Amino acid sequence: MSGSSSSSVAGRDIVALEGVTKRFPGIVANDSVDLSIRPGEVHVLLGENGAGKSTLIGMLSGLQQPDEGRILVDGKPTPITSPRHALALGIGTVFQHMMLVPTLTVAENLLLGGPWWQRPRTEELEARVAEITRSLGITVKLHAKVSELSLGEQQQVEILRAMVRNSRLLILDESTSMLTPKGIDELGALMRRLVEQGLAIVFITHKLKEAAAFGDRISVLKLGRKVGEIPPERFRALGEQAIISEIVELMFGKQKDDPEAVERPVRTVRAEAAPLLQVADLAVAPTDNAPGLSSISFDIRPGEILGIAGIDGNGQKQLAEALAGQRAATSGSVRLEGIAIEALSVGERRRRGLRYLTDDRLGEGTVGTFPVSINFFLKQVGAAPFWRHGVEQRGEIDERAAQLVREYDVRTPSLKTPVARLSGGNIQKVLLARELAEGAKVVIFNKPTYGLDLANTLASRQRIRDTAARGLAVLLISTDLEELLSMCDRVAVIANGAIVGTVENTDDARTRIGRLMIGLAA
Amino acid sequence: MTGLFSEVFLSALLFGAVTAAIPLLLAGLGEQMSEKAGVLNIGIEGMMLAGAYLGFVGAFYSGSLWLGFLTGAAGGVAVALIMALLCVRIGLNQIVIGIALTLGLEGLTALLHHFQFSRSYPRLPAADATVIPLLSDIPVVGPAFFKHHLIVYLAVALVFGMGYLYRRTQLGLNLQAAGDKPAALDVAGIDVIRTRTIAVLTTGALAGLGGAFLANVGAGLFIPFITNGAGFLGIVLAMLARGRPVWVLFGALLFGVCLSLTTAMQVAGINIPTDVIQMLPFLAVMIMLVLFGRRASLPAALGIPYERGAR
Repeated sequence: MSGSSSSSVAGRDIVALEGVTKRFPGIVANDSVDLSIRPGEVHVLLGENGAGKSTLIGMLSGLQQPDEGRILVDGKPTPITSPRHALALGIGTVFQHMMLVPTLTVAENLLLGGPWWQRPRTEELEARVAEITRSLGITVKLHAKVSELSLGEQQQVEILRAMVRNSRLLILDESTSMLTPKGIDELGALMRRLVEQGLAIVFITHKLKEAAAFGDRISVLKLGRKVGEIPPERFRALGEQAIISEIVELMFGKQKDDPEAVERPVRTVRAEAAPLLQVADLAVAPTDNAPGLSSISFDIRPGEILGIAGIDGNGQKQLAEALAGQRAATSGSVRLEGIAIEALSVGERRRRGLRYLTDDRLGEGTVGTFPVSINFFLKQVGAAPFWRHGVEQRGEIDERAAQLVREYDVRTPSLKTPVARLSGGNIQKVLLARELAEGAKVVIFNKPTYGLDLANTLASRQRIRDTAARGLAVLLISTDLEELLSMCDRVAVIANGAIVGTVENTDDARTRIGRLMIGLAA
Repeated sequence: MTGLFSEVFLSALLFGAVTAAIPLLLAGLGEQMSEKAGVLNIGIEGMMLAGAYLGFVGAFYSGSLWLGFLTGAAGGVAVALIMALLCVRIGLNQIVIGIALTLGLEGLTALLHHFQFSRSYPRLPAADATVIPLLSDIPVVGPAFFKHHLIVYLAVALVFGMGYLYRRTQLGLNLQAAGDKPAALDVAGIDVIRTRTIAVLTTGALAGLGGAFLANVGAGLFIPFITNGAGFLGIVLAMLARGRPVWVLFGALLFGVCLSLTTAMQVAGINIPTDVIQMLPFLAVMIMLVLFGRRASLPAALGIPYERGAR
C-alpha cells in the first residue's frame, strides 16, 4: 500500500526538525529529535503514550516552543511562534481532540479565522469546498451543526479546513483513535489521495498496523527520543510483516546499557498451590469513553506475579476497576480463595484482602490537601482504632502513620504535610503502605512505576517482588514491557478489552508478547 | 382603585416600564456579549455604577445629556479594562474579581459623590423626548412607547444590531467560538485573549451607558448605590436569553413593567405595604428563573480563563 508516487515530488524537506528538545517540569518530553518532512510522503510518527508525540505536534503547530534545537521551514530556520504563524507557513493540524466549535455549522467553523471586520465569505467558501471535495471524493454537509456530525465526519471537516487554508503540511494527531475500522480505511485512502496531490502528511499513531499500511516513512519515538526511522526506500523493499517486526524491535527491543535491566530472580511458584484469585469469563459493558471487557480469564497462585501487557487504553483500567469492584461487571466470576466476590462491594472486597493500587495516584488514590497521616487511613475512615464514635483519634493515627513512614521510607517533611506536595514516588509509597497493610492477599498494581524516576521505580518494583515473596498473589498491569519481563512469572496480553494470550516468561517471551500486542498469534 | 385602569395611568405605567427597562436592556446585551465570549462578567454592576456616576457628572457639568452618555460609557470601559486585564489577560478568577469590582465601585462612587456634592442631590433637567409623529398619537401605546429620549430608540435598535453581529459577521463567529471552544479559535489563528478583551470592553461601554441612562434619564440625579441590582438583573437576562438579543429585550421589558408597577402602585395609593410592592421585580426574577432557568444554556467555556496549550 505504500506510495509509489512519492519519488517524483519528494526531495527537499518542507519542514525539518534539528535536535529539538522540549522540557516540562520533571520530564524531558522531547530529547534532541531530528525529523524530516517531505512533500508526497506520509511520515508516520509511532510511539506509545508519553513517547513525546503530542509535544512534537505542539511545537510544529505553534502551541509550544522548543527549548533547544531548531525548526527549518523550506530550509530556513523558522521559529513557529503561534498557531496563526503555523497556518501562514502552510502547516495545518488536525488535533487528537476535535478543534471544532460544536455550536456552529460546518461552514461557520471553516470561516473562523477570517479578519473580524469582514462579512464571512460564504459563497467563496462554498466554491472552494466544492472544488476540494470533488478532487478528494468526499462529501461534507456545510450547513449542518458540527454537534450533529459523527466523529469521522468531524475529522473530514478538520482535514478540509486545513485544505481550504492551502496547507502544504497536514498533521494528523492520533486521528484514528476515535474512528470505526471503516472510517480508518477511508482516512487511509484520503491520506493517499492527499499525498498524491503533493501534500506532506505527518500521521501520528500508536497502532503498528496503521503505520505499516498507510506510511511512506516511519519514525519511532520512545520516551521522548527518536529510536529509529524506516525511510521510504527500505519501506518499499520490506513487506508489511517485515516492517512490523522491525518496528516491534525498535519499540520494544532491549536497549543496551539499560539501567533498569535486572536479572529476573528465579522464583519457584508451587504449581500445586490453590489459586488465590480466579477470574473466569469476566465481561464489562463498554461506556461512552471506555472500551468494555470480554472473555477475561486467569488464575493467580500465591507468590505469583501475573503481568498484563498491552498498549495503553485497551481495557487495563477497566479490568483493574472491575476486579476491585469499582466498575460493574456484566457477567463472569471472580473468586478470592475460592469464594465468589463478584457481587461484593468495594469495601467488602478490600476487607477480604483484595487490594488495588490505582494509577491515578492524586485523583483517585489520595486526597491531595489532606495530610500524609490521614491519607494512610483513607479507606478506613470511621473505623477503630483510628476513629472512635466518629471522632478522629489523632494519637493513634499519628503513631501508626509514623511507623508506616519509617517502614516504607516515605520522604515527607512531616506527617501533617498535604500529600499533594510530595513527589510522585513518595505518594506511591503512601499508597503502597496503605494497600499492603495487614490483611492483603491479592494486590492489583496498575502502572505502579508510571511517571516515577529511576530510583523510585526500582524501589517500587522491589516492593512488588517482596509482596509476591510473602506469598501474596500479584496482578501487575503495565505498559512497560521491560518491567513485566523483569518481574512476572507469566504475562497475559490484553487487546481491545480481551485477553488475547498468556505467555510464560521464558527467553522468547519478548517477541511472543510483542506479536500478541499487535494482533498476531504468539 | 379606579385610577389603576385609567388610560393615563396605563400609559404612565408603560412609559415607566420602558424607562426602567433600558438600563436592564443595555446591561443584558453587554453581559450577553461577555458570556458569549466565555467571560462571566459579575463586575457589570460596578461598571453600571461607574457609568451612572461619571455619566451624571459629565451631564451635570457640561449640560449635555449626550456628553453624559459618553462619559458614562467611558466610565464603564475603564472598569471593564481592569476586568479584562485581571480576568482575561492574567486569568484570575472571574467571580472573585467581578464581586471585588462591584463592591469597590459601590464604595468609590459613593465616596466621590460625597466629596463633590456633600449631602445635596442636584437634579438634571428632564430629558428631551423625541416624539415620533403619527405613532405617538395612538391612545395609550403612543405616549407610552413613542415619546422617549432618542437614546431609547437607539438602544432598541441595538438589539437588532447585536442580532446581526452574532449571526452574520466574522466577529460574531469569533465571539461564539471564544466562549464555546476557545482552543478551536486559537488554532484557527485568532487571538482568544484579544477577542475576549473586545467583548469585555464592549460590555463595559454598554453597562456604563446603561448606568448613565439610569441616572440621567431615569432618575435625573445620582445617589449612591443607584443601580440597586440592575447589573445583576442584566446577568439574569443574559443567562435566560440563550444568546439571543431579542430575548434580552423581552426580558428587560418584563422586568421594566414590574419595576414601573412598583412606583405606579405606590402612586395609586394601593393599600399594600411598600416593602411588599418593592419586592415585585425580584419575585419576578425568581419566577422567571424557576420557569426558564433550567433551559438556560451557557457557553461551554464560560468562566474558564484561556491558556494556550493547557489541557
